[in-house]
Amino acid sequence: MKLYPVRGGIHPEYRKEQTSEKAIVVLPMPAALYIPLQQHIGAPAEVLVTRGELVKKGQMIARSQGAVSAPQHAPTSGRIVSVTEVPAPHPSGLPQTTIILEPDGKDEWADLPEPIADPFAAQPQLIHERVAQAGIVGMGGAAFPSAVKLNLGTQKKLDTLLLNGAECEPYLTCDDRVMREFAGEIIDGARIMAHALGTSRVVIGIEQNKPQAIEIMTKAASAFSGVEVIGIPVQYPMGSERHLVQAITGIETPARKLTADLGIVVHNVATARAVHHAIRFGRPLVSRVVTVSGGAIREPNNVLTPIGTRIADLVEFCGGFAARPESIVNGGPMMGQPLASMDAPVVKGTSGILALTAEEINDRPASACIRCGSCVTICPCGLSPVEMSSFIRKDNLEGAAKLGVMDCFSCGSCSYVCPSHIPLVHYFNYAKGMLRDMENEKRKNERVKTLAEVRVIRIEKATEAKRAALAARKQTPSNAEEKTNA
Amino acid sequence: MWIAIGSLTVMGIVLGGLLGAAARFLAVEENPLEEELKAMLPGSQCGQCGYVGCAQAAAALAKGEAPVTLCPPGGKAVIEALAKKLGVTADLSEHEEKVPEYAFIKEDLCIGCTRCIRECSTDAILGANKLMHTIIIDACHGCGKCVIVCPTDAIVMVPVKVTLGNWHWPKPEVRHIHPNPDVVHAH
Repeated sequence: MKLYPVRGGIHPEYRKEQTSEKAIVVLPMPAALYIPLQQHIGAPAEVLVTRGELVKKGQMIARSQGAVSAPQHAPTSGRIVSVTEVPAPHPSGLPQTTIILEPDGKDEWADLPEPIADPFAAQPQLIHERVAQAGIVGMGGAAFPSAVKLNLGTQKKLDTLLLNGAECEPYLTCDDRVMREFAGEIIDGARIMAHALGTSRVVIGIEQNKPQAIEIMTKAASAFSGVEVIGIPVQYPMGSERHLVQAITGIETPARKLTADLGIVVHNVATARAVHHAIRFGRPLVSRVVTVSGGAIREPNNVLTPIGTRIADLVEFCGGFAARPESIVNGGPMMGQPLASMDAPVVKGTSGILALTAEEINDRPASACIRCGSCVTICPCGLSPVEMSSFIRKDNLEGAAKLGVMDCFSCGSCSYVCPSHIPLVHYFNYAKGMLRDMENEKRKNERVKTLAEVRVIRIEKATEAKRAALAARKQTPSNAEEKTNA
Repeated sequence: MWIAIGSLTVMGIVLGGLLGAAARFLAVEENPLEEELKAMLPGSQCGQCGYVGCAQAAAALAKGEAPVTLCPPGGKAVIEALAKKLGVTADLSEHEEKVPEYAFIKEDLCIGCTRCIRECSTDAILGANKLMHTIIIDACHGCGKCVIVCPTDAIVMVPVKVTLGNWHWPKPEVRHIHPNPDVVHAH
């Protein structure tokens, strides 16, 4: 299959060898699980359990509310200790409503929905429902509810399901291991998803630095027509949805459009496996493979972790720290976010936990821009980071917006190549947040304006009505007088 | 050809004259700047600037009688927009950037007098005579007029909470953008 070039990008040291040859190990059940109500994009789930309640593994403990949301399930059997505020796995470390579950050690399954015997004969609607019910969200990191994405077939004309096995972030190997160990499950899940989407073609894109995964997946896919495995060039950020689509089709997804507008839906390989479990066994998403790595971790590993495990427990399982970690990162080193607290739990979108040493982070003070233009050359979105950051530094956010800062997806390539160590992507994250705030404020101001106008009209009407009533009353007595006179 | 040139010249003079006369005798008295300025203001008629409403404030701004910093709920964004429109430089030294706030009623102190309800220009307060009142946060724009009229000091302004939904990265602090300033001046 012909591949197309993708603009820009970088080639960082991948450092995947720390964990790439380590088979997935199962984490022993921790003493407590912390299951946040919001582990996905959209509305948080609504609690269904109370303190002291006994739950079984796979039982729904919070249901989805609204069009874009996902339910949460008990990752094991046990007792609900409380529903309280716990630090979120988020750079701010702000608390979020979380269900605390104390496992009873039995790991007993609840009554699960009946498996669908022949999913390829089932109505696509039934598959959407099952996927939504199983609480499956995008496991590549963005955590967008998968059922919503599977529904795109009803609105748009689709031709390809693209499975993302690029895993272009350094250090991370969880998708690589899942592909090597559970290739059959992924392919089955992908075929079910393709059926739900109404697409005939499944393409699985894997970066060429994972030759074993490509080999195993190609073998597993060979039994089915219409399923194709492609080795794609090793180039960060190839795992970005838009860039992967561009590499496969040669078409760039327009700004503010979806890849679905080009007829392609992209899902992560681990998501496909979760769909397989939900449809074939009725099991919800209650655990995931997390890569624990970085120079400060004693025994880096790929760990099958129940959702809600405290990051501190996970790190302890991997032998704790061998060196002082300068930063604990949630996700990969390029797009991952530093964690404010080790008490935060692993959630459905956690692909990796990295404990990085000062040497690995290589944080140095920024110096002046030498206008070398490296950031412009490598920007995979075709933006001009140097200009945008100068605007933002001088608080000219509108200027940055005109240059397209909202189209930046924070891949961090510009910060990586900058010889002056200017925190470029940090500027863009700040600007994107500020612009969103300003947009919200503008919307609120407009609403306030309408409310004020409506109130003025209402008051005018009320005074008018009062005056009319008064006039009518003045009129009535005289009428009555006339009557008596008559 | 001469007829064409002549007739076009005559037409040009006559029509131009008509337009000129129309511009003089049929001129709209309203200052278009006022409308534009009014659109920039929050429009909630809170009256904190000292004028009756936003239209009057816009008129004063257009005449240059009021400073661009007059609108407290508008914040820095409105000041900058006004300054840009009027071509003046805003003096932000006096301006204290307030964090967004909303009004909150302490329920045990509320006596149900409805004074705040009458004062609220966006209908953000819900309640009735001798019944406890409450604030609809989404409709409150934090003008603080209700705080002033409350006879029992039951209303306080509280800052809008930072949540996971509205948090964003702060502006990066660049420590050494000029590593050695002396070198720059050495020749």
